[in-house]
Amino acid sequence: MTRRLTASLALLLAAVASYSVHAQVTSDRLVNAAKEPRNWLIYSGGYFSNRHSPLTQITPGNAKDLELKWMYQAAVAGAWQTTPLVVDGIMYLTQRPNDVVALDAKTGRVFWIYRHQLDPTQIVCCGSNNRGLAILGDTLYMGTLDANLIAIDAKSGHPIWKTRVADNKAGYSVTLAPLIVKDKVIVGVGGGEYGIRGFVAAFDAKSGREVWRFYTIPGPGEAGFDSWQACPPNEKAFCDSEAWKHGGGSVWVTGSYDPALNQTYWGVGNAGPDWNADQRPGDNLYTDSVVALDADTGRLKWHYQFTPHDRYDYDSVQVPVLADITWRGTPIKAMVWANRNGNFYVLDRETGRFLVGKPFVKVNWMDTFDERGRPHQTIQPAGQPTWPGNQGGTNWYSPSFSPHTGLFYVSAWENYATIFGGTPVEYQEGRNFGGGQNRPLVPVPGAPSLPGLRRGPINNWTEAAATGAVLALDASTGEQKWRYPMTDVTDSGILTTAADVLFTGGREGYFHAIDARSGTLLWKTNLGAQIVNGPITYEVDGKQYVAAISGLSLCVFGLR
Amino acid sequence: MRTSTFLSCAVVGFVLGTAIAAAAQTPAAAPPGDYSPADIAYGARIYDAQCTTCHGANGDGVGGVNLRSGTFRNAITDLDLQRVILFGIQGTGMQAFKFDPSELAGVIAYLRNMNSVDRGSAKVGDAARGQTLFEGKGGCTKCHRVGAVGSRVAPDLSDIGALRSAGSLLRSITDPTSQMMPINRPVRAVLRDGKVVNGRRLNEDTYTVQLIDDQERLLSLDKSELREFKISTTSPMPSFKGTFSADELGDVVAYLLSLKGR
Repeated sequence: MTRRLTASLALLLAAVASYSVHAQVTSDRLVNAAKEPRNWLIYSGGYFSNRHSPLTQITPGNAKDLELKWMYQAAVAGAWQTTPLVVDGIMYLTQRPNDVVALDAKTGRVFWIYRHQLDPTQIVCCGSNNRGLAILGDTLYMGTLDANLIAIDAKSGHPIWKTRVADNKAGYSVTLAPLIVKDKVIVGVGGGEYGIRGFVAAFDAKSGREVWRFYTIPGPGEAGFDSWQACPPNEKAFCDSEAWKHGGGSVWVTGSYDPALNQTYWGVGNAGPDWNADQRPGDNLYTDSVVALDADTGRLKWHYQFTPHDRYDYDSVQVPVLADITWRGTPIKAMVWANRNGNFYVLDRETGRFLVGKPFVKVNWMDTFDERGRPHQTIQPAGQPTWPGNQGGTNWYSPSFSPHTGLFYVSAWENYATIFGGTPVEYQEGRNFGGGQNRPLVPVPGAPSLPGLRRGPINNWTEAAATGAVLALDASTGEQKWRYPMTDVTDSGILTTAADVLFTGGREGYFHAIDARSGTLLWKTNLGAQIVNGPITYEVDGKQYVAAISGLSLCVFGLR
Repeated sequence: MRTSTFLSCAVVGFVLGTAIAAAAQTPAAAPPGDYSPADIAYGARIYDAQCTTCHGANGDGVGGVNLRSGTFRNAITDLDLQRVILFGIQGTGMQAFKFDPSELAGVIAYLRNMNSVDRGSAKVGDAARGQTLFEGKGGCTKCHRVGAVGSRVAPDLSDIGALRSAGSLLRSITDPTSQMMPINRPVRAVLRDGKVVNGRRLNEDTYTVQLIDDQERLLSLDKSELREFKISTTSPMPSFKGTFSADELGDVVAYLLSLKGR
């Protein structure tokens, strides 16, 4: 009898355990994402956006035994920037232009594909990019190129609701992975090259109804509006008296969240027009800033502007990395940030106070910071190069912070400069609002200029334009601890694990495992095309997997 | 190491200014039409303002697309170009543009003439005479190849007229290093056994380099296995400034501009 009861209890417990494995993704699970390392529940791995996994099966000692377990091929060409989610053995990911795919994370076999039919008039600057999904309950959330937010049933792949976030005909789009906070879905809008007025907005996860909206460009009567100054009288150069209305401030990379402070943090993009700063006098808040918002109301708690009155397109659309570190002997709640403008920053994330600013690549657009962290700008003479160049010292691709090593890891472009030039541009809805003619620096005056951003498998940029590197920086000082150089530049995200293994890609198509403490190469494999997404790791049936996307191929590795 | 003629296969620099009469050499697949200099100049301004963000000043900013080549992946006629510009190409970065008729005419005129306008005022002579000079007095085929004739040691020039402006071609002949694309830089490597390899770089990554050596062999070298590895920034091609007269230079440029590939 007792034995039978024990057996029954065991069965019941097994049923409960099985149920819990396949339970819905609650808000609590998202807060405690680090406690279930088998999953990858949030774009950046967790609310602190560390892209650090507690999984330890793959180690510096056995990384050489990694092998390809399965692949999944997409059909639409172009940079595949998505970060997959993994929930209890199911992988969810987006593919171009706005598809969602659910597949078996162990075998790669597909359960379903949802295809959003895009408005053909969608306007995006830089290709049909989408960076991923969010999940709450049994519902997935995706932003679209035509500026919608769609809720999709995670079991069936059928849409539940669709909400129009903004007017795509005016250049708005949603390319980032949404962020779930409690019962809300938070997104930002792209379109910084089209003179949008950027914002972050929260939507009710059940109904799709908009709950709050924070404009990244303040309007009349709002704090910060005076940073969009009136045009000087008798100004000879073209000056836009209503510059704030199309001041840019796009938000196209997912933010972070501190549950204890109930603050959500978002990086804000460039001012519009990108390069002709003279027609928008003032600091141009909150472009090129990080904003800390009350997660319930969207009210601004604090901001810090990395590049006031930006004339270089130095978007601050990096992922805000939250880290509890020791700074000058004192434990602090910090935000660590390697910015497109070439500087590494440490901020107090409770108050926004500036603590550290230090270049991590060559910088000549500024030279010093005042005590509040305002940079002293050193504008280069016309025709002279500015470091870093237009694509920045780094860009949108995710860095990683390892609480295990205390190091912050970032993909950097080194020796990279641009000769900037602004030209007046009048705002017209839906039209490019760049206002510049920029040239990459080439070593020989009069030499042919180099090709633009996108290239095939031949590195025709070469060392003449830029080289890449993974940099490991002390998270509390910005001091470089090691550097892993690459011949080509890298737009890959970075993943670290508690076993001190760092995974990253790059434009060359290599997928690397690097020792996170020493920077030495542990293993590499050539996947044949650029890796521009952020690698993730997860576990199914006790086995750790690592996933990276190269070209049109999602490649998943595990130990032999 | 061979140090004879070595004309770098570069992509042109900025292209604005004097139009050079090369429209007659446009490939048959791309009807040249009758474009006025004013349309071209207007189109160049619009292009600079609206198109360079993606396509770059040289028209080669998007991988696999070279607007200067005179051929387009999604368009043959001017009407095709209109359609692509006005409606974009779904699923790619090519967006729809709201151009009015005069803007559209200008952009198309400029696209059709991108390869034949240049800021400089390079003199363009007689292509037939240029070919004779290229193959004879210049000795260019000792290193360069056009069609099935010439060496492969230096970049193949069969389509150089679709890639470069006249000004850039002229500078390539008189000051080769200034126009050498960095990817074409000379490589010198010493293998573990002491053997020396000289060649022209075709590609390079963190761990390997690909080149064509002075024996026209395609080689891929593992950098970790090299005793020495050096990339030079000086072109091995000599300047022909003193070899060719001004008229002869114009003739050679005219010949090179006529090389549009297949």
